[in-house]
Amino acid sequence: MSAAVAFDASRLSHHKRRKLVNQVALALSLAAMAFGVFWLIWILIETVRLGIGGLSLAVFTEMTPPPLAETGGLANAIFGSLTMVGLATLLGTPIGVMAGVYLAEYGKTTWLGRVTQFINDILLSAPSIVIGLFIYSAVVAKMKSFSGIAGVLALALIVIPVVVRTTENMLSLIPNALREAAYALGTPKWKVISAITLKAARAGVITGVLLAVARIAGETAPLLFTALSNQFWTSNLGEPMASLPVTIFKFAMSPYENWQKLAWAGVFIITMGVLALNIIARTMLRNKN
Amino acid sequence: MKRWGDRLFAAAASSAAALTLALMAGILGSLVVGAGPAIEAFGLGFLTSAVWDPVGNQYGGLVMIYGTLATSLIALVIAVPVSFGIALFLTELSPGWLKRPLGIAIELLAAVPSIVYGMWGLLVFGPVLATYVQQPLQAAFTGVPVLGALVSGPPVGIGILSAGIILAIMIIPFIASVMRDVFEVTPPMLKESAYGLGSTTWEVVYKIVLPYTKAGVVGGIMLGLGRALGETMAVTFVIGNMNQLNSLSLFEAANSITSALANEFAEAGEGLHQASLIYLGLVLFFITFVVLSLSKMLLAQMKRAEGART
Repeated sequence: MSAAVAFDASRLSHHKRRKLVNQVALALSLAAMAFGVFWLIWILIETVRLGIGGLSLAVFTEMTPPPLAETGGLANAIFGSLTMVGLATLLGTPIGVMAGVYLAEYGKTTWLGRVTQFINDILLSAPSIVIGLFIYSAVVAKMKSFSGIAGVLALALIVIPVVVRTTENMLSLIPNALREAAYALGTPKWKVISAITLKAARAGVITGVLLAVARIAGETAPLLFTALSNQFWTSNLGEPMASLPVTIFKFAMSPYENWQKLAWAGVFIITMGVLALNIIARTMLRNKN
Repeated sequence: MKRWGDRLFAAAASSAAALTLALMAGILGSLVVGAGPAIEAFGLGFLTSAVWDPVGNQYGGLVMIYGTLATSLIALVIAVPVSFGIALFLTELSPGWLKRPLGIAIELLAAVPSIVYGMWGLLVFGPVLATYVQQPLQAAFTGVPVLGALVSGPPVGIGILSAGIILAIMIIPFIASVMRDVFEVTPPMLKESAYGLGSTTWEVVYKIVLPYTKAGVVGGIMLGLGRALGETMAVTFVIGNMNQLNSLSLFEAANSITSALANEFAEAGEGLHQASLIYLGLVLFFITFVVLSLSKMLLAQMKRAEGART
């Protein structure tokens, strides 16, 4: 009789302990979630608070000022960023899409396909500063000068793996029945891919490109020793070119108040732009699905 | 005509794929060539020497390699449990309508450009860390062996600890989203059987989901580690860029491979200084290559296992 009571009691306490452990673990999990969201909110609040203070029309119309100047803006840096990001996207997208097509439509079983897929995933996460080093030795050192074109190439190399990844993923989601139906009608493979599968995966591919743009818009490291920076307006790709991230880097590390204020304005512009691109990309994909 | 179009298209596609491979080869090749003079001059001793003297033209990478590894390690120590908690929350706890917005919020954390983390870290987070964490810690631990040494140095919010914390925030989304994805592929049947036997949520996650997704979880952690090792701007802002290795302190300013490159490369003259910086880049590339390959293989193994079982 008493043995049964003791047994029950020990079971009960065991049960209590399990429940307690469970509650503690779940509470910690909730705390971890809050921890993650907390940083996002904090960063966004500070970016808005400090960024809006520096924002004015002059930011978009005037050139980067010397230290301690009364006025000045980021016009040349914004223009440089738009130019380089735009050209890099134009250059990297077709290569990325074609490589993605190869991986999804041709190379599922080939040696080239497997190796490329592996290497591409590594490039996707490889340190972007190393890409800068590569373009420095391949382009800048040969041309003997930092240039906008070197910056474009460095950014394009970052676009490629992102676009390859999403294109391949999206094409792999297209049901095979669609391909077979087209083949049955006698459609040549290139037409099946370009007019049927790529078209069906269009929203996904565009999402990939938008995410790539968002990624390179904020990239600083690969521009540091390719495009360098420029205090003045230039549309000549053979010259060093200013960009928003590099200008922010330079201004933020400086002790001058007007530079720091402009840097915050720049951070605000970049953050809002990049987050907007991300959200647009995600809603596009969601509507499609 | 038909054949011709097909051939052209296939050639374009495969050369685009080959270009991606060539890119990798090009990066590796140019790093090896660029680092050549430094490899010749210092050999593998470069990795264990802490001298970095542009005036005397003597270089060793230990300080930067230590900084890179130490900051990444701190980042992992913080990010792994937090990411696990987030993945657990998103897969098992969260009400359905909250899953998507919270998932997006965590993913947006990865979208914020690293320069923003850097500037925020230097000007906003650093001072807060110094006042509310570093100074109290220092007051509590000074004089205590080991712990005292870890918290010595100027508590100004710049150094290895702040770089590590910011890296942790940056890699949480990567690790958390891999963990969430692999947790979600655990067969419901397995989980439900455990629940049916009376397991608590925690027991299901810890004893069923985690063992089932082990390879994927480690792969996700490796992915985060690869990201942390190669992160440049955020670290450059907050690590302090000081070439010292005299103290164990986590508060002390230090240097990392990426921040040394970011700060010195554009100004380094051609010759041994530049070659040594490229050598550092090569070391970094090698480490991240190994870590990311491991991650990729583990995740592929996870996927294969999943395919075999269903």
